[in-house]
Amino acid sequence: MGNRRHFIKAAGGMAVAAAFGVGLLGYAQAADPLKIGFVYISPIGDAGWTYQHDLGRLQMEKALGDKVETKYIENVPEGADAERVIRELASSGYNLIYATSFGYMNYVERVAKQFPNVTLMHATGYKMGKNFGNYNARFYEGRYLNGVVAGKMSKSNVLGYVAAFPIPEVVMGINAFARGARSVNPDAEVRVIWVNSWYDPGKEREAALTLISQGADMITHHTDSTAVVQAAEEKGVNAFSYHSDMGKYGAKAQLSGTTHQWGKFYTDTTQSVLDGTWKPASTWGGIKDEMIEIVPLNPSVPADVKAQVEKLEAEMRAGTFHPFAGPIVDQDGRTRVPAGEVISDDDLGRMKYFVEGVASKLRQN
Amino acid sequence: MLSFKLEARPEASRTMSYLSPLIAVVLTMLGGLLLFSALGKDPLEGFQVFFLNPMRSWYGVSELLLKAVPLMLIAVGLAIGFRANVWNIGAEGQFILGACAATGAALLLEDVSGPQVLLAMIVAGALGGAAWAAIPAFLRTRFNANEILVSLMLVYVAQLLVSWLVFGPWMDPDGFNFPQSKMFSDSALLPMLVEGTRLNLAFVMALGVLVVGYVFMHRSYLGFKMRVAGEAADAARYAGFSAKRMVWFGMLAGGVCAGLAGMAEVAGPMGQLTDKVASGYGFAAIIVAFVGRLNPIGIFFASLLMALLFLGGEQAQLYMSLPASISKVFQGMLLFFLLGSDLFINYRLRMRRTLAKAGA
Repeated sequence: MGNRRHFIKAAGGMAVAAAFGVGLLGYAQAADPLKIGFVYISPIGDAGWTYQHDLGRLQMEKALGDKVETKYIENVPEGADAERVIRELASSGYNLIYATSFGYMNYVERVAKQFPNVTLMHATGYKMGKNFGNYNARFYEGRYLNGVVAGKMSKSNVLGYVAAFPIPEVVMGINAFARGARSVNPDAEVRVIWVNSWYDPGKEREAALTLISQGADMITHHTDSTAVVQAAEEKGVNAFSYHSDMGKYGAKAQLSGTTHQWGKFYTDTTQSVLDGTWKPASTWGGIKDEMIEIVPLNPSVPADVKAQVEKLEAEMRAGTFHPFAGPIVDQDGRTRVPAGEVISDDDLGRMKYFVEGVASKLRQN
Repeated sequence: MLSFKLEARPEASRTMSYLSPLIAVVLTMLGGLLLFSALGKDPLEGFQVFFLNPMRSWYGVSELLLKAVPLMLIAVGLAIGFRANVWNIGAEGQFILGACAATGAALLLEDVSGPQVLLAMIVAGALGGAAWAAIPAFLRTRFNANEILVSLMLVYVAQLLVSWLVFGPWMDPDGFNFPQSKMFSDSALLPMLVEGTRLNLAFVMALGVLVVGYVFMHRSYLGFKMRVAGEAADAARYAGFSAKRMVWFGMLAGGVCAGLAGMAEVAGPMGQLTDKVASGYGFAAIIVAFVGRLNPIGIFFASLLMALLFLGGEQAQLYMSLPASISKVFQGMLLFFLLGSDLFINYRLRMRRTLAKAGA
């Protein structure tokens, strides 16, 4: 046995030497693939937040081929368990880890400190480190365009919004939607119902039905299920989907939507890690960076509305139009950003007020 | 012809009552092997990844113990009540309240340093859990309201309460309005037992609580009375034991222990309060209490087993690409087989050879 082990060792050594030699001659086999781990908050399913991240993972895998090898762990809670899962990935050879939910932030930070050679990327947070970056998308750009369509198409001028929690990311989406609608229809108003959950199809549906019964003929949601779009389809009103294209749940109802596109970002980031050019950064990309898209407009949307949306989209891509360009007036009539100025990213990230056009009140802490 | 018949035993079998959880564990593992092969995986590899991998390093063992700490703490508290037929199903809510109260103490004593901070948090955590358990105890003893329903429903109230706290008064001002408290200061964090791991002083605390629980159940007069109340309610009444006191004590014991577990979670691996603080420990601990035969020694091992099922599920996802729900399937199997084999504590299987009646 001992002999055999020695033989294996020797053979291994020779193989390494041979590979090294060959490498020097420039015939190196492709290096071992970069192992990449994805940590998901929920099961992948067929629509929603995690589903979009997984589409991005697959797109990146396709683009980079055998240079990468990916693995995902789903349904990882945002508590103490997350640290063990992330650490397990880091300690078992996963040199790049994408953690795709806000609640992982402090755990990602701790693992990043313990594994300085592993690159960690955290979605939607705000912390960074030497080997630890964060990323998010400017979902509000899509919301604004959806709002334009809603404002144009609404007959009742009541737009319904089913929302999860009053955090800035959600608040800025509501405000962008309202500003888009108001830009084409000064009588439009947005009504919000909070369901206090990211994923609760029952509550989301109930909230959607309540909004419809209050006269909303255009509804959208910042929650994770397809319940709102389905409720709209059933009740014969229109809807704007979020996260994913939910056309198959509401072929007639879905006029457009805002979708997350992580594929290009994952491909580029992973490539930079492969190339050794990765630097910690805080990425916040929008339509210009192909990190968000709007769902192609339903054929029932008239050509003039379509033309207007396309024009705005082109301006956002060119960087000449910002949905939060001043004046921004809040629902109490206070000017938050004067005309001629554009809101800063920092202020967007702390947004804590509703703009005019939103009828519901925001709970103040 | 052979026929089987269940026959009531004249007396509950002590042997069977200890054997039953072991049988359940073995059957769960065998069921696991079948499950792995049905999923097209090598069953032996599956077994190794699921049951052995989590413990392949000292770090793994420390994580296993860390995961088991809240389970053993909560389960031993629940067991005290369960023995007296006091059904506290709301440990999850009491855990949350313990976490909230401990966080309150940590935030209040932000500028203080020294061991008194942790001490205050422990007391606050225990009181928080106890206060939440006192509600169903009061409603039960005063209005005869079913404590199962009341304690269970208070879990949802507790979840809303913690959500309100972290979205409202305790929201970290520098946290971009995300639902979380400030990170605790070092004085408000439980010291680590082993450097480089997350295993902290709560493990020692849990072992202490197990010992106290054992002494209480087996060596104290009140513990004796509660056992009598659970096993023979009529006898207890005849002996003049106060049923109300049992309910109060049973509920409060569960609440204090669950509250301590909640404190250990925020002062341990989390280091802050978020609305995600509850991760099902309060419910999993009910299974732990029963697999552990409502006995602190059994609970110690049952909590390790339960923690292993959680960790094994993560490993199975990572190394075998099995779905996340695998952990739940194993937990379900364990409980199912336990309930199945518990039948044989009070019954035995009789095999009888009966003559087939000709021409019948």
